[in-house]
Amino acid sequence: MFEIGLGHYLTLGAIIFTIGVVGIFLNRKNIIVILMSIELILLSVNINMVSFSIFINDLSGQIFTLFILTVAAAEAAIGLAIIVVYYRNSGTIRVEEIDKLKG
Amino acid sequence: MEYFILLSPLLGACIAGFFGNKIGDKFSELITSLFVTIAALCSLIIFYKVILDGYENNIILFKWIYSGSLNVNWSIKIDALSSVMLVVITFISSLVHIYSIGYMSHDPNKPRFMCYLSLFTFSMLALVTSDNFLQLFFGWEGVGLCSYLLIGFWFKKETANNAAIKAFLVNRVGDFGLALGIFLIFYFFGTVNFEAVFQQINQIDTVNVDFLGLNINAVDLICILLFIGAMGKSAQIFLHTWLPDAMEGPTPVSALIHAATMVTAGVFLVVRCSPIYEYSELALSIITIIGMTTAIFAASVALVQDDIKKIIAYSTCSQLGYMFFAAGVGAYNVAMFHLFTHAFFKALLFLGSGSIIHSFKDEQNINNMGGVWKNLPITYGLMIIGTLALTGFPLLSGFYSKDAIIEFAYLRGNAVGYYAAGIGIFTALLTSIYSWRLIFKTFHGSYLNKVLKKEEMHESPMIMLVPLIILAIGAVGAGYFFKDLFIGYDSSYNFWRDSIMFLEPLSEEHPPTWFIYLTPVLVMLSIPFSYLIFIKNKDFLKNLISINQPLYVFLKKKWYFDELYDLIFVRSFKFIGKFFWKKIDGSVIDRFGPDGISNFIKYLSNKAVKFQNGFLYQYAFVMLIGFSILLTILIVK
Repeated sequence: MFEIGLGHYLTLGAIIFTIGVVGIFLNRKNIIVILMSIELILLSVNINMVSFSIFINDLSGQIFTLFILTVAAAEAAIGLAIIVVYYRNSGTIRVEEIDKLKG
Repeated sequence: MEYFILLSPLLGACIAGFFGNKIGDKFSELITSLFVTIAALCSLIIFYKVILDGYENNIILFKWIYSGSLNVNWSIKIDALSSVMLVVITFISSLVHIYSIGYMSHDPNKPRFMCYLSLFTFSMLALVTSDNFLQLFFGWEGVGLCSYLLIGFWFKKETANNAAIKAFLVNRVGDFGLALGIFLIFYFFGTVNFEAVFQQINQIDTVNVDFLGLNINAVDLICILLFIGAMGKSAQIFLHTWLPDAMEGPTPVSALIHAATMVTAGVFLVVRCSPIYEYSELALSIITIIGMTTAIFAASVALVQDDIKKIIAYSTCSQLGYMFFAAGVGAYNVAMFHLFTHAFFKALLFLGSGSIIHSFKDEQNINNMGGVWKNLPITYGLMIIGTLALTGFPLLSGFYSKDAIIEFAYLRGNAVGYYAAGIGIFTALLTSIYSWRLIFKTFHGSYLNKVLKKEEMHESPMIMLVPLIILAIGAVGAGYFFKDLFIGYDSSYNFWRDSIMFLEPLSEEHPPTWFIYLTPVLVMLSIPFSYLIFIKNKDFLKNLISINQPLYVFLKKKWYFDELYDLIFVRSFKFIGKFFWKKIDGSVIDRFGPDGISNFIKYLSNKAVKFQNGFLYQYAFVMLIGFSILLTILIVK
């Protein structure tokens, strides 16, 4: 029987992390997608934490993950709020049209 | 009293200059004129005291420079020499101030004009009352500055601006000589105070010094360098070119600065330094030669000029030449006497010509005048007096001073002296001819002005005529009343005392009788002669010109001095300047220096700006790449 070990978890975490990172800069459509990608990166970190926690038999990793999830929720709320305000101000949240930081 | 003389013109200048706009034209004219008039009255009192009691004083206003062995005071030195200059300066200046109220009545910038005039008076007073070379140099530069400002007073006129710059630059050549002379004095004597220098002079009269590869006597060199300064200021030949151009300025300025006072500063310098010059035979000969060359050169040019002010300017130049050759033959007191009388009649001529110009509505060409003596009777009379005084008509002021110069040159008894006397007589004749030419062309003959009708001509206002009348009194009487004081046999003992030094007493002999009568007779004969050729028989003049065409053109072009200088100095300097400007500064320093660096940085920042396109995903990408690179480095280590 094929056993699922630490390596698999870490691979899953790495894949999700990569999807998140690539999602940030390949995405040209919607800024919410960027937010989602950031969440993905965060989640991949959590997967790592949890899997290592089990691997070394230390609960503090899982407790830490719970904290991170809380903070991530708050962060997502703030991010969404910023996007809403931005949409009200400029009428668009398309990534291609948000280029006011130009030098 | 002395403080009043020196400081009241400065105070007037400050009030008119800084508050002229607030206190208004009338008030600034009044206040400057009043202050200068007060100074004139004080100087008269001082002059009176100097004549009667031999009053001498050296008031130290404050310590100016105290550094090591260079100790310079700001002082008011009163002696016979400076008291004469004080009277001339403040007296003419106050009359010119008053005259300017009338002459400048249509000008919008009256307070500025009055301020410059007063400032000039102050600088000139500082020059003549100094007891050291440094304060003299301050005054020297101060009058140069005011001359520049006043020549360029109508700064919207391009010719006036050019003339102002020319005057400044030509003077700079002379000032350079003067500065070198002062350096040399400080080098040899360790002081720049007149008295200390004059006391030590006989200690170094055998010292030689290397200068420009020549080994010459130190005293000779000092004297020559100082004289170069004097040449610049007093418009002697080679450095005279600025004076005729300076006539672009308003006429009162020409009368005050370019006839009566500033241009005589050079003569004053030579006379003031007579204790030094007495030890330098070479420098005295150079002064004599330059002086008489200037005298005859300027007189010959004045013969053919058409601009009324330029004729008088060249005449000034020529008279300054007389003063210098008087100083050169050792008759310093005669030079001062001629300076004194010349100030009156030349200021009179200039202000009179200003009155004519005013009446002709700014016409200066004497070919466009004529036949107006009935319309301008007072000006006509005053101009006649000025001309008679200038030409040395018997019993008027010019007669005493000019004849004295020629006689002393003759009595010098050497070749240079005889030569100078001959030139002096010939120049006196030329002076007479060109002066009467001016009078006849301006006032007699037929009326030639096409712009104004003859009936519209009117006499200048009283405020312009009164100063003229006062000057005319001076021009008539200054010679007769002051001749004993200035050039009498015991004058050096009674009046001049220590202010002028004669190594050998001046000759007390008389030249032969025929020699004494020669000049006045020639001068008197020249009046009918001029009348004949300029009024009665114009064909004679035309024939004369057509026969001597090259000479005529040569004189008309002022001996080609301007063209020569243009060719030698102006063009070559312009070329060098342009080369340095375009090639060295423009193509090398700017291209690789400031411009090069700024272009390079611009190029770099243009590249850098491409990174900042404002797209979030690209920033994230760059961050990622950077992060990965850092990580890689860490791992590899």
